[in-house]
This record gives sequence, C-alpha cells and structure tokens, in this order.
Amino acid sequence: MSLRLTDAGLVHANGLRALRDVSLALARGERAAVIGPSGAGKTTLVRLLGASLRPSEGQVAILDSDPWQLSAGELRRLRARIGVVHQSPPIPPRLRVVTAVLAGRIGSWSTWKALASLIVPRDIAGVREALAPLDLADRVFDRCDRLSGGQLQRVGIARVLYQEPAVILADEPVSALDPTLADQSVGALVAASQASGATLVASLHAVDLALKWFPRLIGVKAGEIVFDRPTAAVTTGMLHELYATEGRVLPQQGIDALDADLRADNVLVLKRPGCQ
Amino acid sequence: MSVSAVAPGAALPALRDPALRTRLTALVLAVVVLWPLLALAEFHPWALFGSDNLQVMANFLAGFLPLSTAADFLALLGKATLETLAIATAGISLAFVIAAPLAVLATRSLAVARIGPGPGGIRGAAARTVVRGVLTALRSVPEVVWALVFVRALGLGPGAGVLALAVTYGGMLGKVYTEILESADTRAARALLEAGSPRLGALFYALVPSAALELASYTVYRWECAVRASVVMGFVGAGGLGQLMDQSMKMLNGGEASSILLTFLALVVVADAMSVVIRRVLA
Repeated sequence: MSLRLTDAGLVHANGLRALRDVSLALARGERAAVIGPSGAGKTTLVRLLGASLRPSEGQVAILDSDPWQLSAGELRRLRARIGVVHQSPPIPPRLRVVTAVLAGRIGSWSTWKALASLIVPRDIAGVREALAPLDLADRVFDRCDRLSGGQLQRVGIARVLYQEPAVILADEPVSALDPTLADQSVGALVAASQASGATLVASLHAVDLALKWFPRLIGVKAGEIVFDRPTAAVTTGMLHELYATEGRVLPQQGIDALDADLRADNVLVLKRPGCQ
Repeated sequence: MSVSAVAPGAALPALRDPALRTRLTALVLAVVVLWPLLALAEFHPWALFGSDNLQVMANFLAGFLPLSTAADFLALLGKATLETLAIATAGISLAFVIAAPLAVLATRSLAVARIGPGPGGIRGAAARTVVRGVLTALRSVPEVVWALVFVRALGLGPGAGVLALAVTYGGMLGKVYTEILESADTRAARALLEAGSPRLGALFYALVPSAALELASYTVYRWECAVRASVVMGFVGAGGLGQLMDQSMKMLNGGEASSILLTFLALVVVADAMSVVIRRVLA
C-alpha cells in the first residue's frame, strides 16, 4: 500500500476536531480526489497523508512505513518522496522561477549541492521540462513576484513535477486558475502520476474536475468520510447530499467535460481521458 | 447573515467583543506600572527650562563654537575617522560570524521536529534554549565593559574595540536575526522542510529570500550603532574618534569636539544612504 489511514482522527491544538475515524487505503499509482464542502477537513486529511500533521488517534502509513515511528533522518528521506502542491504556493516572491522549481529536489540533494545551485542553477533543462506542460516554459528566469496568482500556483505544481515524488498530494491545487488552465494543470498532475507511477491524492472544490480526472472519489463532510468509491459508482444524489445542495448547483470549475446531467439522480456516465 | 443560518445547538458568539476586557486591563496595567517607573527615573523634563539651567546649558554649548579646522587637527580627525570605520566594520563582520550560525540554531522556523511533532523535539528545544541563553549572555554585558576587559588584555588601541563590538553585537544580531527569521513568512520554509529539505536548504531557499531586506537593514543599522558605540569605547582607550573626543573634552576644546560630532553626523548619513542602496539592490 502506498497510503493508509487506520481509524485516524485529529484534534487541533485549540480543541477543534478536524477529523474523526478516517480509514482509507490507496495502492501505489492509484489516483483519488477528496471532495466536500468548505471546512470539511479536506486539507487536514491531505496533511495527515503528507506527514505534516500527526494524527491524534489512529495510524498513518506512508509508503509502507509509519512516519511517526521513524528516526529524524528516515523521516526526512520519506518526506523527500512526498510532493505537496499547496493551495497558496509557499514560494517567496523574490525567488526566480528556476530556483523555486529546483527547490523541488532539495530533499534529495545534499546541503552543498542545494547551496551551489543557488549560485549556478543545476538543471535548467529539467526546470523547463517541468514548466512546459503548464505553459510556463518561457518564464524560467522571471522573478516570482512578476507572475500572476495563477502562474505562481502553476510554478508550485511544476516544483512537484520536478521533484518526481512517489506520492503526489495536492491541496486545492487549481483554486486560483481559470477553468481551462485548471483542467490543464490537473491533467498535468494526472499525467505525471501515470508516467512515474506515483500515487495521487488531490482535494478539489470543483466536482466536475474530480469527476473528469479521478477514478476514485472520497467525499468528506464534517471531518468524516461520507463515501469512498469508484467515480462510476457515485450518484448525483450522493454529491448533493455531500454538499447539502438539494436542488441547487454543485461547485464546478465550469468546463464542458461532463456528459452527465448532474441534476438527475442516476449513476454518472463520464468520459474520463486518461482513466481507462 | 440571518440567525437561522447557524446550526441548531451551536452557541452564537456574543455581541460584545470578547477581547475588550483583556485590552482594557492591559492598558490600565501599563499606566499603573509605567507611572512609578517615571518617578523612579527622576524624570522632570520641566527642570530643563528653569532659567539657571538654560543659562548653564547655553554656556556649555557656546564653548563648542566655532568649529576647529586647524590642519593638524583635521589630519588627526581623518585618521581617527578611518580607524572608527575600521573598528565598526571589523566589529560588525566578526559579530555577524558569531550571530549567523547561532541564529540558525536558535530560530524555531527551521525546527523540523516541530512539524508533527516529530522525533528529536525535546533535544531541539533544549538546544534552542541554550543558544538563546548564550546570545543573552553575550549582549547583556555592555560593549564598554568588554572594551575595558580587552584593553587590559590587548593594550590600548582599536583591537580591543573590535573584540568588544564583536561580542556584544554578536549577541544583539543573533537575537534579532532569530526573531526576524521567525516573523518572516515561514510557510515557504515549512513547505520545504515538509519535503525533506535540510535546514540550510530551507534557510537559503525560503527564509533568507523572504527576510533579506529586514536582515540587511538591521545589520546596517547595527553598523551605524557600532560607529557611535566606538566613541564610548574610545573613552576607555579603545581607539578611534572616541579617543580623540576624549582628549578634546578633557582639554575643554569645544571646537574640536563639535568637529568630531559633525563627523559623526556625516557617518550616520552615510550609513543611512548605504541602507537605502542595499535595500534597493535587494528589493
């Protein structure tokens, strides 16, 4: 198993409970989208899977090891194999795009190699290759504060593509992008996962993107998993119940990728490129 | 938003700001504590304007004019200025060498074990406490006291001043660097640490780029302070403009003293300009 949560729960330091009794398992190379209303615990779930939050109850296993039983060095090496796309890209504005993307491999480089690369960038070709599927190949040497919010978010995605991790976690990776770019960027993550066999878990607020790109959907509401099943077995009724939007529209990115009528209470039949 | 939008059973926040009482209490406490402190410090600003006092100060200040421009004095002044600049620059450079590694050790923004928390947290926290203690010890002894100590060891001259500055300012720079690194945007560093980055990697790829301006302007400001501090140290024999000032004051030569003061003003203006240039280059 690539990722596994067993009866995991999380209570924040301020006493607020974010997750309760969450169990799930993903095989290597599997792709799943986490969907649910705002404040449901999607981000917390992703952070548990990325060894950046320690569960208050239950167990986490990442790439077959419990991160919280490892020594500091082993934990560092494990983390180097996890790539996280953040909702707001954690990139200092003064950094150049090339440095921001190269930072993806910082976990597998020695300190000296990382410091030397600040003076002479190590792998400009590799950086351009990571930026290409995101339409940013021409911005390699621009400073990040010259980019728009959407471009910066794509630099954050390129960093993870360049990292080539065994697990890709994405927390609302396309929240600042317009529908076409959002579609293209999620596509790039899916393609990376297919090419390298990396497990991909993405939390998304747009249901249509989740339906289009992911063979498995995990619905989260009020800190609990409401459903976890193949996308083909998710009904619109389940989605409406998840978002408590009976008779209203589901949150969508707005691409015309859906063949299904989201209002009808039937099993969704979708065309999903890249998900045979 | 209507009241009915809240889930049944959930308590509504009160209409009064819950922070109000704490703030008022803090304000009252501040006044109650500060007033006796003013009394203790014998703070009577109105005494400045008593007629006798005004006369005394005016006489004292009148002694500072005209400026002394004798050629041999100006030569001495030039040499002492260079010496002061050298003391301040060498002192700050050494202080930086002491402060930078200590700040990296002391800052919580680079503590990997705090994520989770993971293994080694107690050891890390203990190390940070020890390093903070070292920084406190370094800066709690005024540089003039260190100068007295080093003058005894090294003899009269700039060397003692440099060492005194390095020790005290090392402690100050270290403390403030630590805090700047903690108050900069730490999400970038945390994200890198969560991706397995080594400490120095997260420092140079995330923290320093976010905090470069603050770090640079504080360092230049400290250099400016070092220029001033070298006066006081000069009084105890540690060289530079201070030593010259000491001689002029002892000989009651106000003209020379005011020329020296003008030089200080020029140096501070230079420091300010340097700060502006460095910030523009880094921006």
